[in-house]
Amino acid sequence: MNVKNIRQDFPILKRKVNGKRLVYLDSTATSQKPKQVIEAITDFYETYNANVHRGIHKLSEEATEHYESSRKKIAAFISARPDEIVFTRNATESINLVANSLDWKKGDEIVTTIMEHHSNIVPWLELKDQGMKVKFVDINDDGTLKMEQFGKLITKNTKLVAVTGCSNVLGTINPLAEISKIAHDNKSLLLIDAAQSAAHTKLDVAAINADFVAFSGHKMLAPTGIGALFAKKSLLEKMKPFMKGGDMIKEVTTESATWNDVPYKFEAGTPNVAGAIGFGAAIDYINRIGIDSIRQHEKELIGYALKLAEKEKKMTFYGTKHIEERAGILTFNFENIHGHDVATILDQEGIAIRSGHLCAQPLMSRLSINSACRASFYLYTTEEEIDILFDAFKNVRKVFRID
Amino acid sequence: MIEIYQENILDHYKNPRNKGELKNANIRQKESNPLCGDVLEYQLLVKKGVIEEIRFIGSGCAISLAAASMLTEKVKGKKIEEIKNLSKEEIYGMLGIPLTPSRVKCALLCLKAIKVAAYSYLHEKMDEETF
Ligand SMILES: Cc1ncc(COP(=O)(O)O)c(C=O)c1O
Repeated sequence: MNVKNIRQDFPILKRKVNGKRLVYLDSTATSQKPKQVIEAITDFYETYNANVHRGIHKLSEEATEHYESSRKKIAAFISARPDEIVFTRNATESINLVANSLDWKKGDEIVTTIMEHHSNIVPWLELKDQGMKVKFVDINDDGTLKMEQFGKLITKNTKLVAVTGCSNVLGTINPLAEISKIAHDNKSLLLIDAAQSAAHTKLDVAAINADFVAFSGHKMLAPTGIGALFAKKSLLEKMKPFMKGGDMIKEVTTESATWNDVPYKFEAGTPNVAGAIGFGAAIDYINRIGIDSIRQHEKELIGYALKLAEKEKKMTFYGTKHIEERAGILTFNFENIHGHDVATILDQEGIAIRSGHLCAQPLMSRLSINSACRASFYLYTTEEEIDILFDAFKNVRKVFRID
Repeated sequence: MIEIYQENILDHYKNPRNKGELKNANIRQKESNPLCGDVLEYQLLVKKGVIEEIRFIGSGCAISLAAASMLTEKVKGKKIEEIKNLSKEEIYGMLGIPLTPSRVKCALLCLKAIKVAAYSYLHEKMDEETF
């Protein structure tokens, strides 16, 4: 993998921030976009912009073909079938779709984990009003899941186990195959929040036997506003649509409507056609580089960063040091310094990191902190950028007089 | 080196004025910035409409805590009525540093807390203001 060449594909990386070359270490929030993706979107608008599934004319046929071809690419990327991929806005919407469309009954239980992003917690908490119960698997001190707790928390009432592929705070890569076995041995369904993992590690839904997988395009080189839900076809067929309107119907009278086939039943209204086309181009890009090469690159980067971290005093670095179970996410705090203050000082050097509660307040409480700083890596990140980050820590120490 | 972390800000951050519990307070007002994880509570002793004592407890970034500390000095001895007219500009002036849009919220948490406290003490409704 040639990172130097890859960087040439990302126009934004040439940008200057506060007079310094941009060091973008916030790919966990959203990734940057290669020109191949930007061009695919421009090409759509410039040469075949039309609504999909609606027209007989040439442009509509072309738009539909590209839109559906993106669905096929996404399906192949995770070893699924195209009719098991529903386009959504993002991972959050995908999870909400499942929360709204499954046939819940009073007393059903959901087992999730304390390391989840709010989008894999709040939709389940909402179900509590209807008599459902939500339980949380805890973490070990090194930020890995307490695997033994799944067996204890899962009961015959557990309808769904909802777990993230990778923690957006700790960087823990969870043992999905193992969790899947525990869930299915108990006849529970498994939902994987792959928002943070799909772009970085190989996901084979068939091998893992996942029932639902939620992910966002924007975290994997695609534009914002497009995401996907994978669901087993048998489940999609049984689920009721979450939104209603055009495109999702077969036949409408003044009395009633019948639903379209899956996955269209879940895609009401004009979809984000440009976004889907960009998503397809993003998958092409990742495939060209190879997801395994990306993972290898990030493993090297996190290993490098963790080594530098060992030398830092009066700082806490969260998460496991075992890089096989660790994504390219480095979350840390300076003793008694708020994350925003660190982020402001780093911003002066053109370094973009995330700070705050990182959309994981239950995890923050579990770690007994209010906020944290997070630097995250992707295929375009270099060791040199990690050096720049650690070098800039000196400025934080200088301003706040930490020795 | 970095304009926003000037000496007075760091001084108030490291040596906060009027920090801690005020046991005989007759107003307590807690506000938070969920996105930042910042929390601030003002405790005031108001007698005959005048702020005799004010203390704060809380946690947050240097900007929000320095502002909280500075504001205690600014409002002590003032009439609670006057708090209603306290403006954002006065807070910016008090801090005297350039604030980027994302840091404005940090600076204004103290203003929100003191205003909500004043209005609730006076049993008056506060205008819809965005902080
Ligand atoms: C683990 C995880 N799940 C879900 C999400 C939500 O993604 P989106 O905001 O694109 O829906 C994120 C985004 O930060 C995430 O990191």
